[in-house]
Amino acid sequence: MTLERPSRPWDRTPPKERGYFEVLGDGILCHVLPRDRTTGGGGGGWSPPSGGAWVHVGADGRIRAFTGKAEVGQGTHTALSLVVAEELRVPVARVELTMADTDLSPWDMGTFGSRSMPDAVPPLQAAAAGAREELASLAAARLLVSAGQVRFEDGVALSPEGGHRVTYGELVRGLRKTVVASTPGRTTPAADWKTAGQPAVDPAAADVVTGRRVYASDVRRPGMWYGVVLLPPNHGAELASVDTSALEGEEEVRLLHDGPFVAVAAPTPWDARRALRKVRATWRSTPQPGEPEIEAYLRAHPSHGDHWDVEKLAEGDPARALAEAAVSVRATYRTAYIAHTPLEPRAAVAEWEGDRVTIWLGSQTPFRGRDHVAGGLGIPPERVRVIVPFTGAGFGGKHGGDVALAAARLSKAAGRPVRVAFTREEEFQHGYLRPMSIVDVAAGATKDGLLTAWTFHNVNGGAAGIRSPYSIPNLQADNELSDSPLPQGPYRALAANANNFARESTVDELASLVGQDPVAFREKNLADERLRTVLRTAAERGNWTSWRPSPGRGHGIAVGFEKGGRVATVAEVTLGPDRRPHVDRLLTVFEAGAIVHPDNLQSQVEGATVMALGGALFEEIHFDGGVITNRRLSEYRVPRFSDLPRVEVVLLDRKDLPPGGAGETPMIAVAPAVASAIHEASGVRLRSLPLLRDGKVPAAPRSPAT
Amino acid sequence: MNGAGGAAVATDAVRVVVNGRPRTLERMPERSLLQALRTELDLMGTKYGCGEGQCGACTVLMDGKAVHACQVSVKEVGGHDIVTVEGLARGDELNPAQQAFAELGAFQCGFCTPGMVVGTTALLQRTPSPSEAEVREALEGHLCRCCGYTKVLRAVQRASEISRERARRSA
Ligand code: FES
Ligand code: FES
Repeated sequence: MTLERPSRPWDRTPPKERGYFEVLGDGILCHVLPRDRTTGGGGGGWSPPSGGAWVHVGADGRIRAFTGKAEVGQGTHTALSLVVAEELRVPVARVELTMADTDLSPWDMGTFGSRSMPDAVPPLQAAAAGAREELASLAAARLLVSAGQVRFEDGVALSPEGGHRVTYGELVRGLRKTVVASTPGRTTPAADWKTAGQPAVDPAAADVVTGRRVYASDVRRPGMWYGVVLLPPNHGAELASVDTSALEGEEEVRLLHDGPFVAVAAPTPWDARRALRKVRATWRSTPQPGEPEIEAYLRAHPSHGDHWDVEKLAEGDPARALAEAAVSVRATYRTAYIAHTPLEPRAAVAEWEGDRVTIWLGSQTPFRGRDHVAGGLGIPPERVRVIVPFTGAGFGGKHGGDVALAAARLSKAAGRPVRVAFTREEEFQHGYLRPMSIVDVAAGATKDGLLTAWTFHNVNGGAAGIRSPYSIPNLQADNELSDSPLPQGPYRALAANANNFARESTVDELASLVGQDPVAFREKNLADERLRTVLRTAAERGNWTSWRPSPGRGHGIAVGFEKGGRVATVAEVTLGPDRRPHVDRLLTVFEAGAIVHPDNLQSQVEGATVMALGGALFEEIHFDGGVITNRRLSEYRVPRFSDLPRVEVVLLDRKDLPPGGAGETPMIAVAPAVASAIHEASGVRLRSLPLLRDGKVPAAPRSPAT
Repeated sequence: MNGAGGAAVATDAVRVVVNGRPRTLERMPERSLLQALRTELDLMGTKYGCGEGQCGACTVLMDGKAVHACQVSVKEVGGHDIVTVEGLARGDELNPAQQAFAELGAFQCGFCTPGMVVGTTALLQRTPSPSEAEVREALEGHLCRCCGYTKVLRAVQRASEISRERARRSA
């Protein structure tokens, strides 16, 4: 249910002036005022700091919690509701969690980087615990006991022997009181959790299976029209001329032509598309590199933006150590551009009311979306409200706000709500991609299998996963970014996919050069105790030592750490006739601190494992002259049931560590484990992702060691 | 459901029964059933994922058989019986496939789930106790990008169990 708009978005209003109770009614509100990491909100007034949470306990008995994170299919809606329920001692179904509504939610940078749990759990816990403490002192006065003696059960405060009871709603009747939670507050330690950490059925599951859950693309508003934007036929094209005269006199079409922005809205999607086809446009294109030239192009075109995504590590004297190493390897690894392919394409609906606009948007970055729309329209962000309904997944691919801005502009022009949604083909052609990575590696070890030398350089992919979990005395590891001719952006686990593929393949090769078992070799060199535990568990559960080699079969193992999580994957592969491999088994062992929602974590890890299999085996964007040439699901293959191995997940619960994110790290060891398994089965060491060509193991490696 | 009797119905009007209710779709014989469901009948449970019969998000039952609503035109469904995900439950009682997917949480974002649930319903009508291989084959045309499929396999087995339990109870 959508709540009324406050007179100003709360995140942009100083805490004391926020009209919480205008919208939420009588009760108490506990908010966490986050560390003031101001991000230059601009626009006057309150500059929104990052993070934060607020929890309202209403006189009507409702419990409402607010977070800036979005639910994009990672399951945090339930997981975050659980921690609020835990602190307030109520069943999870009692908690109404509002996520990612820019008028009502605390400002948030975005739902990415596996940050939902680490960012949102502590403030929500603190706000809910603060509300509970306030309830305790209210109850103490009522029950004539001390606050410490009040017990809570199922939304009711009780005297110590339970003789007297009062509901939360009764306690806060007639109040309009705001309290500030102390961080971390008196939160409940994970070891004492009764609600969180237990198997929980998603309270919204019935909506999902009956088709009632509303995704961004399902939002319909009274009188709504459908908009379509004129998009360039290829990357590197600019609008040269446009002729819209064929639309003159069309009554049921609203054309908007403002500089390079050309779009139409009409009562149905097909009327809108038909109208757009009547627009004659010509384009000016600059030549674009094709697939054969792309690697040389990226190496030759460094970019100077995005410095947050650059890592430079140096220790000792790697050149000398390499020269002196008993064994060494040198190779280049590559990963293709791939597409996120969430099942729901981008969609937005915009509706104006006076000078304020509301936009329902499938997004991982609603606040950035708000700023993007406000900037594009030239209005202050206070006048833009972005609501993220459920989103049909993102995987890093839904950071932009272009469909939102287009919908807002068209809606204003048409004087009615307008929806703009991408087709699947538009999604492939105009969405951004996971960057191609080129990784040059050289590494050496002693004959006893101690890593001594490591040079590692990633071109274009990014910095994630450059940092090594192994202790290596002589090392140079860094990356540079390039001006990619295809649009690229974040993707689940970012460059950690490419960098762990290159690193773990290299480690595997060194292990075999010194004649050591890949598990023993890793154990010896790992610097990270938690990862060593994960590796050992994987070896045990993956029956590593009892494996019997047989022709055409192979097994492989890989490890990695990222975003506070630790992972190991074991892969088993059978080579079929025609060199077609089938991955028979994937075992993933994962540890990311304390587990809040075990079932959901299991699903996240299973999902990440299978998603990673697509990038490992066959996902690849093809392009020519700035055109994506495989822009349909019939041409771009993602994992299906027939690709599904036996997937086993082992979760290690570290109650002594804070909960970490799980969306990304379980992906990163899949590709190198599969590559090593294929190596054992076929004798071919593959150094490019995707590993297969037309579903087959290439007879010779696509990029031999240099 | 014959064409006679209706008063002023446009000549290109198509009559169809959707979730047990007779409906008339006008001026859109060439549109896909998916577009008709979502834009004319406001049945949003049937999803668009590809528009080319590749993802299964738009799966509905046509005379009890699973079809891709994006691949049949309004003209072609005239006189047929269509059931969408909204029509599977009886009141508050979820059908066995729905019940099983909900119980096991066999989804993440849930965008694929309506199609999967309809596909599972069709499968269990044909094959009440499918083997794992039969499930994989029947659902091969359904993409899920989030959940890794493993829980779906379990949910279909559970759905088959629920059907048997219900049959026993009502026997
Ligand atoms: S939308 Fe019909 S199969 Fe994908
Ligand atoms: S749960 Fe997201 S596509 Fe299946």
